[in-house]
Amino acid sequence: MPETKKFLYVNRKAPYGTIYALEALEVVLIGAAFEQDVSLAFLDDGVYQITKGQDTKDVGMKNFSPTYKALGDYDVNKIYVEQESLDARGLTLDDLLPLTWEDEDDDWAKKDSIKVISAAEMAKIMEQSDVVFSF
Amino acid sequence: MKFSVMISEGPYTHQASDTAYNFTKAALEDGHECFRIFFYHDGVNNGTRLASPPQDDRDIVNRWSALAKEYKLDLVLCVAAAQRRGIADADEAKRNGKNADNIAPGFRISGLGQLIEAGIQSDRLITFGD
Repeated sequence: MPETKKFLYVNRKAPYGTIYALEALEVVLIGAAFEQDVSLAFLDDGVYQITKGQDTKDVGMKNFSPTYKALGDYDVNKIYVEQESLDARGLTLDDLLPLTWEDEDDDWAKKDSIKVISAAEMAKIMEQSDVVFSF
Repeated sequence: MKFSVMISEGPYTHQASDTAYNFTKAALEDGHECFRIFFYHDGVNNGTRLASPPQDDRDIVNRWSALAKEYKLDLVLCVAAAQRRGIADADEAKRNGKNADNIAPGFRISGLGQLIEAGIQSDRLITFGD
């Protein structure tokens, strides 16, 4: 068994309406302490989880989207977003939270965590992962 | 092969727990080793001993308890998910100021780290849910 495994957290559902997105994020945050190779994927309605300007005041639920911005500090910096899912919803990269991380091997340069990729590329990432959580 | 299972839906509403049970039982009977069964989201509702299904239906909770006893399974309910949904053992009930606990025999409550560990330690982690 390899010392570290490739963990992929697949987020497919809208952030509110069901609890899956919130509880998925809780797994990612706990999992970050285990020093595994972690990637996140956002597809289908899951892309709404990381959109800017979320306002949940009127639905009485906690807006947990600011927590995604902390992922970079937990060394979770491979965040894949499916192009087809963005297109189908009329969204672009500009609609998403600017998720970044600081590269300690590059004088702490701030780098983008989000990579927009095709469904075919997403399939490859899933195939290359050892442990896939689907939420 | 060493496997673990994650169940992310509650009993009766959804077939996830039924399918997971059938899968686990078949795999164990086939000689495979189960590292852990982890219950998350509404899946924690599979671990309440207060469930009283009709007598002519399957008893999902007792079925898990019996399988755990037979094969010494590690049935783990996520603590954060369980707190939200009112599933408690004696310690959790005390910690949260509740006057009762409801965890079923063979289950225990622990943290999400147990799920990550299951992913690391098992050859396969199989998820049952949507």
